[in-house]
Amino acid sequence: MATHPSGDLRLSGLTKQFDTFTAVHPMDLVIPEGSFFALLGPSGCGKTTTLRMVAGLEQPTGGQIHIGDRKITHTKPHQRNVNTVFQSYALFPHMTVLDNVEFGLRRRGDKDAKAKAKEALELVQLGEVARKKPAQLSGGMQQRVALARAVVNRPDVLLLDEPLGALDLKLRRQMQIELKRIQQEVGLTFIHVTHDQEEAMTMADTIAVMNAGRIEQLGDPATLYERPASTFVANFLGQSNLLRATVAGPGDDGEVLVKAHERLLRVDADHVPATCTEILLGVRPEKLRLGEHGGPNRLEGRVTDVSFSGVATQYLVRMPWGQELTVVQQNDGSGRARRGDDVTVSWAAEHGFALDAAQAVDAGVEEEG
Amino acid sequence: MTAGAATAGGGPTVTGPATRRPARRGRWVPYALLAPGLLWLLVFFVAPMVTLGSQSLQEGNVDEGYVFTGNVGIYSEALQRYWPHLVRSVGYAASATVLALLLGYPLAYFMAQKAGRWKNILLVLVIAPFFTSFLIRTLAWRNILSDDGPVVAFAQSTGLTSLLQAVGLTGNDTLLASKFAVICGLTYNFLPFMILPLYASLERLDSRLVEAAGDLYASPVQAFRRVTWPLSLPGVVAGTLLTFIPAAGDFINSRLLGNTETVMIGQVIDSQFLRVLDYPLAAALSFILLTMIVVLVAVYVRRAGTDELV
Repeated sequence: MATHPSGDLRLSGLTKQFDTFTAVHPMDLVIPEGSFFALLGPSGCGKTTTLRMVAGLEQPTGGQIHIGDRKITHTKPHQRNVNTVFQSYALFPHMTVLDNVEFGLRRRGDKDAKAKAKEALELVQLGEVARKKPAQLSGGMQQRVALARAVVNRPDVLLLDEPLGALDLKLRRQMQIELKRIQQEVGLTFIHVTHDQEEAMTMADTIAVMNAGRIEQLGDPATLYERPASTFVANFLGQSNLLRATVAGPGDDGEVLVKAHERLLRVDADHVPATCTEILLGVRPEKLRLGEHGGPNRLEGRVTDVSFSGVATQYLVRMPWGQELTVVQQNDGSGRARRGDDVTVSWAAEHGFALDAAQAVDAGVEEEG
Repeated sequence: MTAGAATAGGGPTVTGPATRRPARRGRWVPYALLAPGLLWLLVFFVAPMVTLGSQSLQEGNVDEGYVFTGNVGIYSEALQRYWPHLVRSVGYAASATVLALLLGYPLAYFMAQKAGRWKNILLVLVIAPFFTSFLIRTLAWRNILSDDGPVVAFAQSTGLTSLLQAVGLTGNDTLLASKFAVICGLTYNFLPFMILPLYASLERLDSRLVEAAGDLYASPVQAFRRVTWPLSLPGVVAGTLLTFIPAAGDFINSRLLGNTETVMIGQVIDSQFLRVLDYPLAAALSFILLTMIVVLVAVYVRRAGTDELV
């Protein structure tokens, strides 16, 4: 096995079994030092359990956890150089904000605890509330205290368990940017657990999409979005139109011809899994165009619903075989359709992606949100 | 203003009383709710206290009756004669309180944080002794600790009795009729009053805070000292008060489980009232005990600084 002199976090075959239920199936994962990593998935997918095993709050039933060359699988939480920002913040109510932030440093006998804690509070722009009790602060401020309390210890790995879940939308957006800034400033490894796909994509360098105790796909946000490897990922990260199709043969310019509902469509060859003949052809709603200028792939249908949302308009277009495609058009001055209009929907070959048809079409749909 | 009133016509006169009436009715509600309790306290607390106070300043005897003479000297006389009993009562009550805390805290912690579905059953078991009389239970302890019983035999064989004798908690190699028995009796009788408030405060303790302390490098001992203990202090203060106050005035345990050297102030008051029939002395002693407890409690609560908590 290769040596890892750096501070990479390595999970090898990490497993968690509760009685008859397997929360985390054997998981192998390397999270590079200094990266912003997101574990994304619906509730109950095992992401929080994974996080708690890294923190030492949950004992794995199998596998190993290493930070660099140090094995920490069975060490106690207080012996690990890992800190957590809890979903509930878990600030100590009987201590001042400053005492909360100093807590970890004091336990390790740091002589400069006070100065470092003050510095950490400045980092999250809360220097002026150091003497207050947590209960006197707003939710957003408490959240930042929790972050300062973890960051100040300069852990090898900082774990964030749905840290923004309790904040309202506007504050959440603000904190997303703030978190990203702080991560870049301190250069620590952040592992962020969330069920919010937008949050994960905004902040993380790398995302692991988890479902039912397994990692479905690992990659940077753009790859996950443009080239999902499963229907679960396609549906959980944003929306997808999925058409049942059969591979018909090779086309021109590195394309593949597929046949969906008696229509020949083109898709980039490297977007099609090599061994599949029965596929689900996916296209993101914003890649579809109303009209024929979108590309060589064309389908005709009738608009059944139009909903206007300011920057964009979302159309539902019913295909002759009954399926409804979602089309999202920027409101950039181009022509609009109305309900009942017969329209052509078009897209380019490079915007399609093909998935193995042997999986549920609607995996990950309900959980999205 | 005038213009507004003119255009509104009869408006103000209609809405005025309608909006004011519920407010006026609302103002009476707190007093109405307080009244029964206040009346109760007036009749059953203030009135006896006043009677007792005036009784302590009377002189005379049972046969010829007592007359109010304002004899303040009775207080110094009572203090002179019975200060050892007062000191002893405080000492025993404090020992019993500490013992009850040591026994009750782990139990309350277990019930509140770890017992899961057994929680309610354990709570019922803690309260179960109240289903029988205090007196009966203390009498039962006389049987349990009797000289020829198995407990004494066991204590003798393990050397516990010699140890207790060596530290002066018992006078011979038995258990009954000793300081030890009285303190144990007090601890036993008031333990539920310690456990219940402790349970209430530990039950509210968010276990995620303890988890967070561990995450922030606190060992289990440090996490207890820095997080669990300070957050349970309101329960500790309530429990120790509820144990100490009745224990300091108790007269059953010292009579049934003690000897002539372990007489507590409650027992003195009891016998002065009901046997010697020296009402002024008994009343004065009651007031001295009351004052002493109030002062001790006030100092204790200030020291514990409960207002600092949450």
